Amino acid sequence: MSLNEKDIDQILEIYPAKVKRSRKKHIIIRDAEQAHQEMEANTRTIPGIITNRGCAYAGCKGVVLGPLKDIVHITHGPVGCGYYSWLTRRNKAKTPEDGKNYLAYCVTTDMQETDIVFGGEKKLAKVIDEVVEIFKPNAITISATCPVGLIGDDINAVAKAAQEKHGLPVMAFSCEGYKGVSQSAGHHIANNGVLEWMVGQGEMTEAPAKYSINMLGEYNIGGDSWEIDRFLREIGYHIIAVATGDGSYEDLKNAHVADLNLVQCHRSINYIAEMLEIKYGTPWLKINFIGVEATVKSLRDMALYFGDKELIEKTEEVIARETARVQPILDQYRKICEGKTAFCFVGGSRGHHYQKLFGDLGIDTVLAGYEFAHRDDYEGRHVIPDIKVDADSKNIPELHVQPDPKFFKLKISPEKAAELKKKIPLSNYPGMNTEMKDGYLIVDDLNHYETEEFIRILKPDIFASGIKDKYIPQKMGIPSKQLHSYDYSGPYAGFNGAVKFAEDITAMFTTPTWNFITPPWKGKPMLEGAMQKEAK
Amino acid sequence: MLNHTPKEVIERKGGLINPAKTCQPIGAMYAALGIHKCLPHSHGSQGCCSYHRMHLTRHFRDPIMASTSSFTEGACVFGGGANLKTAIKNVFAIYNPDVMAIHTTCLTETIGDDIPGFLGQSEVPEGKIVIHANTPSYVGSHVTGFSNMVKGMVNYLSAATTEAKKEQVNIIPGFVNPGDMREIKRLVKAMGINLIMFPDTSGVVDSPMTGKFEMYPKGGTTVPELKDTGNSKMTLALGSFASTDAAIQLERKCKVPARSLKAPIGIKATDEFLMTLRRGLVKEIPYELEEERGQLVDVMTDTHYHFHGKKVAIFGDPDIIIALTEFVLSLGMMPVHVLTGTPGNAFEKEVKAMLLEAGLKGNVKAAGDLFEFHQWIKNEPVDLIIGNTYGKYIARAEDIPFVRVGFPILDRSVHSYMPIVGYKGAMRLVEMISNALLDRQDRDAAEEDFELVM
Repeated sequence: MSLNEKDIDQILEIYPAKVKRSRKKHIIIRDAEQAHQEMEANTRTIPGIITNRGCAYAGCKGVVLGPLKDIVHITHGPVGCGYYSWLTRRNKAKTPEDGKNYLAYCVTTDMQETDIVFGGEKKLAKVIDEVVEIFKPNAITISATCPVGLIGDDINAVAKAAQEKHGLPVMAFSCEGYKGVSQSAGHHIANNGVLEWMVGQGEMTEAPAKYSINMLGEYNIGGDSWEIDRFLREIGYHIIAVATGDGSYEDLKNAHVADLNLVQCHRSINYIAEMLEIKYGTPWLKINFIGVEATVKSLRDMALYFGDKELIEKTEEVIARETARVQPILDQYRKICEGKTAFCFVGGSRGHHYQKLFGDLGIDTVLAGYEFAHRDDYEGRHVIPDIKVDADSKNIPELHVQPDPKFFKLKISPEKAAELKKKIPLSNYPGMNTEMKDGYLIVDDLNHYETEEFIRILKPDIFASGIKDKYIPQKMGIPSKQLHSYDYSGPYAGFNGAVKFAEDITAMFTTPTWNFITPPWKGKPMLEGAMQKEAK
Repeated sequence: MLNHTPKEVIERKGGLINPAKTCQPIGAMYAALGIHKCLPHSHGSQGCCSYHRMHLTRHFRDPIMASTSSFTEGACVFGGGANLKTAIKNVFAIYNPDVMAIHTTCLTETIGDDIPGFLGQSEVPEGKIVIHANTPSYVGSHVTGFSNMVKGMVNYLSAATTEAKKEQVNIIPGFVNPGDMREIKRLVKAMGINLIMFPDTSGVVDSPMTGKFEMYPKGGTTVPELKDTGNSKMTLALGSFASTDAAIQLERKCKVPARSLKAPIGIKATDEFLMTLRRGLVKEIPYELEEERGQLVDVMTDTHYHFHGKKVAIFGDPDIIIALTEFVLSLGMMPVHVLTGTPGNAFEKEVKAMLLEAGLKGNVKAAGDLFEFHQWIKNEPVDLIIGNTYGKYIARAEDIPFVRVGFPILDRSVHSYMPIVGYKGAMRLVEMISNALLDRQDRDAAEEDFELVM
């Protein structure tokens, strides 16, 4: 069943007038006939609407910085923010030989009332001293929570003094939760810091191997980046740094020498990708390793970028072998999944990526959306110059970078880049909208009320979102898949990930537990009459 | 695993490493879910609401509905009045709860938002109720937040309207699972006593699968019940940290005598709970419960050699841990490290007194963290760790059997349905403790020592 504008109006009818006007602009019924469908995005969340969105701190410390394993991440604030972002995101990491992996540690200044009144700078400095003494990390980050900005603690000054005192990088991120309108503000703030204080701190001037790449916007949830790493290495790529899953300061500091940056999650990392191009001359390629078809296309695009015959051949060899291996397995699962429909509402990029994987299994995504995306994630990067910067975004500092005098090196000629851009998404992301089918829905910042309404009308066979809304459709008898944490499974990326995903999804459809929802006595009479046999 | 935690304890002056507490608002949100048809509302940045809903959902594996004021930088400058008023309007228009329970956050406490003032200017539909509690994240812990929201319920709703007090008891269960709340209600009802439990999250965060999503499930204390708490004969506050403040407030406001007891975890605390009800409401303890008690003593005696003399380290929320320490002592175990993240001298005093009475010396600390707790264990190893999910990292690092009790438990399921309170709950604790120790004995036994009967 599909929806028309009238249906949408009916759904929104319940809203107070102002809310109705606003929400209308965040819902698109895909229509390829129209030259361009604009989506309002990255605007204020409506108070009381029951949003799925989080805050700038969650985007900065939780998403981008948190996975960097050789850094101790200090949360400056009351205990909660550090506590909730401690070990909850499934960004896995292997401990390197030097033992520097601090992901199991949550360090917070645990601000008390006296700190709010008299300031928390001294306490923060003390915590940094203790962290250095106990952990001896490669670097330290400080992430600010709401009260820090309000009381005016100068975390940059504390960081600077600590850096001089201890002789290791101490980086301060002013990612107070009220900044911006969602996690997205935090991504931007973190991106600025990673570029300014981490990348380019190493001494490498040349790529250490042929086909050197960085993997950006890949967080190794459930081990995704290890699966990606497996086939990229086999093809012959040399991965310098991952931002930031299983990543480290040690790796990132030499990220400037890579020949190419891959961008998996566009939303959370595009700032770095763009700035790396300007500062170090390295272009970026939008890839998607979620889904077999998407993975194959991404690998071919990468090979095309380098253009070497040997690399192209090896790429095709690996693709042929891997697809031959996994396709028959997926075909089996497809028999169960084929023809089903999905809702796919996830953070900033998975709402798009997972449609490919659902597609591999014959599942159609009839509603998709992002929690905290910007217009370009929907409409494509060509709209960026037209995006109005409102008061909420203006507060997020824009880093204006220049070509680095020491490390800038054009990795490919402008002519070659122009030519490649015709064939592959080089330094470009065309957005999600163009890949949605006509009549299907695209919803920005989907809220609880709309979730219930759209489920009621469209009756999807599977709902893919996060932990907060997981159990809502499930109570309705609809399988519900967490695509932030993968329901503690994974990896879902690459070839092996597709198989794992298919296995998990199929189990969700076929688990016998759904059969028990209605008690057997429901609708049955309590008294059962028996027909008396007539005496002959 | 936790390889950077040194054995040598150095004195730390600022902050926490691996906290054993979280912030007030999550406790307030949980308490508010224990009101029937209530939508908790977080007045602050939307990340707070998101984090709290995520964490509660992971623990209960059930929908946790709550709304937020979604602060922006502008709201911080101009105050959150406009956001709150908009939120109230939208919540009642779209989600139509009977009650909206607002709690504050560190942001709104720091800027000094005046919630009662804002409420006076808000449009609340007729027949609908808005209550609030101040829950600054930089004071106390999630347990304090729970306590403050329960106090808020009393402030806004409890009323003494009858001349004589009714033959009914108020029970404030503390920050426990719905399975515990159900068990406490069963015990009280078994004595033939009428009760009002508040808050009561049973039937809300352990709602059944019916094929239909209910935004406001059947459970929770109703508004008429909350009002009627002012007419009860007495209030039993189960746990001094989570429940006593509200009971005292109710005594002050409605002259309902308050009694503060331990959370009824373990045999002694359950005995005390039932005897207080017996005296207060003059009702005999029925054979049914005496039988359960006898079964528990039977089990404790049958299996004492599984755990007698074993050293145990316990951490978690103060009310739970105080009672649990008492129970492991009843089992003949030796609690040598006892820690809570929640600040409060009463915790240290009470636990130390119990250890002293048992002739034991141990590390006891309130406002501690798991980094220090781990260091204690490195310096004095134990046979068992009891605590919430976060303890599994220490258990793995030191290869020590681990029993999950408390909040949050994020890596195991079903726990929130199963009580640890009452005699049945105590029996369940004995089973969990015994099994953990015996599983370890089996795992480590040489082939010739591996036994069929234990």
